[in-house]
Amino acid sequence: MNSTMPAIEAENISKIYRLGVKLKRDENIVSSIGRMLKSPISNYKKYRSLYKFEDVDQSKREDTEDILWALKNVSFKLDHGEVVGLIGHNGAGKSTLLKVISRITPPSHGHINMRGRVASLLEVGTGFHPELTGRENVYLNGTVLGMSRREIDSKFDEIVAFSEVEDFLDTPVKRYSSGMRVRLAFSVAAHLEPEILIVDEVLAVGDASFQNKCLSKMEDVGGAGRTVMFVSHNMAAVTRLCKRGLLIGHGQLLMDGSMHKVVDAYLHDGHGTSSSKEWDGDGPQGEYAELKSVRVIDQKGEVSDVFDIRETVSLEVTFNVSKTGRQLLPHFHVFNQEGIHLFPLLAPAEYRGDSFHSTGEHIYVAKIPGNYLAEGMHYVTCSLMTMSPDRAQFVADQVIGFQVVDSDELDTVRAGWGGKLRGAVRPMFAWEKLS
Amino acid sequence: MSESTNSLSVIKPPSRWGILNLKELVNYRDLFVFLVWRDIKVLYAQTILGFAWAIINPLVQIVIFSIIFGKVAKLDTDGIPYILFSTVAVIPWTYMSDALNRSSQSLVSGQNMLGKVYFPRLIFPATPVLAKLVDFFISLTILVGVMIYYQVELTTNLFYLPIFFVAMMLVPAGIGMALAAMAIRYRDVKFAMPFAVRMLIYSAPILYSASKIPEEYRFYYSFNPIVSVVEGYRACLLGLPMQWQYIYPGLIMAVLIFILGLVYFKKMERIFVDVI
Repeated sequence: MNSTMPAIEAENISKIYRLGVKLKRDENIVSSIGRMLKSPISNYKKYRSLYKFEDVDQSKREDTEDILWALKNVSFKLDHGEVVGLIGHNGAGKSTLLKVISRITPPSHGHINMRGRVASLLEVGTGFHPELTGRENVYLNGTVLGMSRREIDSKFDEIVAFSEVEDFLDTPVKRYSSGMRVRLAFSVAAHLEPEILIVDEVLAVGDASFQNKCLSKMEDVGGAGRTVMFVSHNMAAVTRLCKRGLLIGHGQLLMDGSMHKVVDAYLHDGHGTSSSKEWDGDGPQGEYAELKSVRVIDQKGEVSDVFDIRETVSLEVTFNVSKTGRQLLPHFHVFNQEGIHLFPLLAPAEYRGDSFHSTGEHIYVAKIPGNYLAEGMHYVTCSLMTMSPDRAQFVADQVIGFQVVDSDELDTVRAGWGGKLRGAVRPMFAWEKLS
Repeated sequence: MSESTNSLSVIKPPSRWGILNLKELVNYRDLFVFLVWRDIKVLYAQTILGFAWAIINPLVQIVIFSIIFGKVAKLDTDGIPYILFSTVAVIPWTYMSDALNRSSQSLVSGQNMLGKVYFPRLIFPATPVLAKLVDFFISLTILVGVMIYYQVELTTNLFYLPIFFVAMMLVPAGIGMALAAMAIRYRDVKFAMPFAVRMLIYSAPILYSASKIPEEYRFYYSFNPIVSVVEGYRACLLGLPMQWQYIYPGLIMAVLIFILGLVYFKKMERIFVDVI
């Protein structure tokens, strides 16, 4: 293969969508009946207009009430063997870009040249059928992902060993636990060997040890000279896997550079520093409440990026209740740089009373004591749930991050020792010398 | 995906008319085989009778039709015993209606896969057309049984049977592709289909004899491809004279329907995912 030619060459990719015509409200029953009679015609026009864009001025790439440019003139080149992370907020256009590259949906404008065999993995277990056995599903899923029957034959034992479900190979998948199903599905995917691999947020499945196994497998894939494009909200995982990053926002390519810089830009992107993010009416929101800010605060009450390992880390969420009538519970989830979910910080029992939140601003703080976290980057997911029914008002995935640095003082777990310490957390627990 | 290593593929906005990429279809043959096999395997999963259902379904129809139209209404079938007369028609008809139903729903029921992975979209409507053949071959045992019972002598007409076998697949494939492409945009198809298929049985000489159609309308009547398939099966299996003048028009229509269905499907292919 001509290795000097890029593996993926995307030029001015744009994708236009129509959101669907807004419904008109009727003022009286007569006009309502009239509209009902005419509704087959208007329905037909509405559904037909979803893919007709003749009336839209396509040269401007401007969003209107009814038109959404999911991608606007996105161009980039990936060389053979490059492992690239694609990040951006929800609705930024990541998924659309992946779907275009995977040929699931065609672009409206622009073109992409791809050199080499392409496989895309937007979901684990596509094509899995619950009535089929594990063995049958491996073949089915493998061919769906683009492997030939011969290829699967030759890798079958490897796939099964990786999935750790050998004993249930001839059991229908519907009798599997969800964990087993995911493991089997992922194993098939992990054994794809295309020249270009496109992966969506699929690592957010399975238990932590299996996730790690998959990450290592992905690292091997990248190391073997394959071109990989990887989308994730898991900042830790993308930084670990990718050298280069692409930041996408509002359908445009905002930044193309080293992964660290891109993650940094993503965490900073105009909503404050990486350890503090504020919104002004445009935050994630649900029916009852909207996120105003998430901040990491030190002992002096100030926003901070860096914490001494002995320091208390305070996570603060501010949300605005727009409508009363629900009890709201804020939660935090702390992740380390390997992407491991260290622990949830759920709102305690005393907040689960029966009084509804009043409208207006509410602020909650959760405190992580000093000498509890390990050194390194930590990322925080913040969510707000309503009680009965349990519904998420918003989930802000790994919105903020902060760094914990170890100390060489004696009042730490390390206690002055200079070697490498393992462990996801580093709590200081009591010791006793009994004799 | 099984393209050669040096391959360059270009992704660009689709042209108004989709072009049939045969090379690509060949590359995805393994997947096609597995999806057909999945359809077959899954259909009778967790049933007690399993593939016996492929026999029970047409058998019950034949019995009921024979009682109502043969014994009660005493329809004239040109001297052929009614059970024999209806069996040769009901068996291919059951296949055609089943395949048509499943094929027209294929994109809607496969929409999850449609939005998550790329393979030639034609595989969706084509899969049930092939998978349903298994039911067809199983139900042929009824036909063989009835023919042995009535001691039907086979004639050289039997050599024409492959023509009608192919036509029997072209019709549901063509209409299935067109309706699948339509159903993904307008779910009305889902509601119209079962009803339309039930009506279609009366459009062809399945329960009655085509000779009852007035001579002056017979030519127009024969443009219905289902008529050709049914008349063809009857003539081939029962050794009746082949009335080609009433069979050609329907066969040509079957090919035409297949081509038009394919063209329409390819034309609409580009928007499937965007309108799910």
